Amino acid sequence: MNDTPLLSIQNLKVTFQIYEGVVQAVDDVTLDIGTGETVGLVGESGCGKSVTALSILQLLPRESSRIDGRILFDGRNLVDAGESELRNLRGNAISMIFQEPMTSLNPVLTVGRQIEEAIMLHQGLSLTDARIRAVDMLRLVQIPAPEARAREYPHRLSGGMRQRAMIAMALSCRPRLLLADEPTTALDVTIQAQILELMEDLKEKLGMAILLITHDLGLIAQMASRVIVMYAGQVIEEGLVTDLFHDPLHPYTRGLLGSIPVLGRKFTAGRRQLEEIPGIVPSLFDMPRGCRFNLRCPHVMDVCREKQSPMIQLGPHRRVMCWLKAG
Amino acid sequence: MHDFESSRIEHGRFKRGFSKLLRNKAACFGGLVILLFLLTAVSAPLIHPKNPNVQDIRHSLERPSWNNLLGTDELGRSILGRIVYGSRISLTIGLGAIALGLIVGVPFGLISGYFGGKIDFIIQRLTDIMLSFPPFLLALGLVSVLGVGLKNTLISVGLSSIPYMIRLVRGVVISIREQVYVEAARAVGTSDGVILYRHILPNVMVPIIVNTTLGMGMAITFAAGLGFLGVGVQPPDPEWGTMLGSGRSLIFAAPHVATFPGLAIFMAVLGFNLLGDGLRDALDPRMKA
Repeated sequence: MNDTPLLSIQNLKVTFQIYEGVVQAVDDVTLDIGTGETVGLVGESGCGKSVTALSILQLLPRESSRIDGRILFDGRNLVDAGESELRNLRGNAISMIFQEPMTSLNPVLTVGRQIEEAIMLHQGLSLTDARIRAVDMLRLVQIPAPEARAREYPHRLSGGMRQRAMIAMALSCRPRLLLADEPTTALDVTIQAQILELMEDLKEKLGMAILLITHDLGLIAQMASRVIVMYAGQVIEEGLVTDLFHDPLHPYTRGLLGSIPVLGRKFTAGRRQLEEIPGIVPSLFDMPRGCRFNLRCPHVMDVCREKQSPMIQLGPHRRVMCWLKAG
Repeated sequence: MHDFESSRIEHGRFKRGFSKLLRNKAACFGGLVILLFLLTAVSAPLIHPKNPNVQDIRHSLERPSWNNLLGTDELGRSILGRIVYGSRISLTIGLGAIALGLIVGVPFGLISGYFGGKIDFIIQRLTDIMLSFPPFLLALGLVSVLGVGLKNTLISVGLSSIPYMIRLVRGVVISIREQVYVEAARAVGTSDGVILYRHILPNVMVPIIVNTTLGMGMAITFAAGLGFLGVGVQPPDPEWGTMLGSGRSLIFAAPHVATFPGLAIFMAVLGFNLLGDGLRDALDPRMKA
């Protein structure tokens, strides 16, 4: 952690050219992920979490998107990397798991085939060896009867199984960084727990770093060591899980934490009901002046409506973008 | 090994489709008709050992009889024999034209749909130009440039089917391109070529197969139409449309000369259309409950 980070995103800006005009989906995002570390990236839908992940792999549509800033992976800047270099990294050093297990596998190829493809591509193994490796991977993600499953088409697998197969595919080349984009959102709770346990377990075994993208704070508390909170395309707060959960600094983070229902804590000291953050996320076309949260913030001050707060560094992994902490 | 895998996939999907197809009576009838035409085309010399182009003026314009089941034309040639040999020409043009449409249309459709942007724009505008002509008129125009005869009929009918194939494939590719599994394939480092061939093409196969079958009927009609107008396959080659055209002036004196080739065209096109419709019902995932 103290040495150079595995992945370092510096001043990332992503803009999309769409029919209605230009939108900035990610605005000046800076974050680091150390080797073997699990970092959580939280925020509401549409705050730029997935776009950040996709821009790491340079998977955004080329014609309609523009990426500025630097994404250093192992010292190499992925923003300038050529297509063949990127192809070499994708699935090999950096892998990604997607949100929808039901649609992430090609219905006309067998599960084993899809895993073999990634293995053959990056490891240069023969089909026979890749096949053995694919079955091993399915076994690693605890799919029962992996030999038989490898020969089946995705429609015969349940959602949980498919997500396991996706994880097997993502991990088949032992990546050093796994981008998990809402890996359990589409799964039911018991399966979620199993998948998380599996990811924890594999992280230990393979020593990879994980960027866990989610809106589920419970998931972060359970898996990540550090959290980065995003709002409307910006990083607004960062902290170690313990710090951030016990002492959220940004009003938005406080609101997020306050809106989690806690069993049995209904009538205790001052917390009568579930809190909510008033209002909605501003449209990307119509960002308020100053702090982007000012329309919804309970502590809004005049300065918030005028100017964006600077990022205030409070420690090596503690920062917040809020005027409340600036004075 | 790729072929092995993909044939296995097709096998599974088509087994299900096939049993559904067998339950569709109209499609079975269509298939049977086509099979009959195919058998006729293959075994033409067995069915009618005589050269269908040899004239015998003494027996011209005979009504159907036991000697000549479908009668004879104005030059005394057996109409049955000419229809039998004509099935070779019609099927050759149908298959050849569709093959040409596939060979050109599928790759262009794939590229256009998958890459989008400038390439798509260029291909689509060229397609627009071709589509702005009614398809038969386009075939007619092409024949007038290329000249008459079997080969040129085949080429012009094939060329006029290309824009439809491009549009069809492109439309399906655009919907598949946005699927998460395509993104997932890119995320593991798969190249565009492999994604197109392995992930997208198999998903486009069903509409291609259905359209190919329906297109066969279309191609045969077009070829016959060109023959009828006298710019298709030239006499004495026994092409159905050409026969129909030459029988036209005798329609009252000897109606059988035009009727039987017309019936042959009708049956062949009907067969392909019924089979194509049946295939669509059996294979189209949108129709699946």
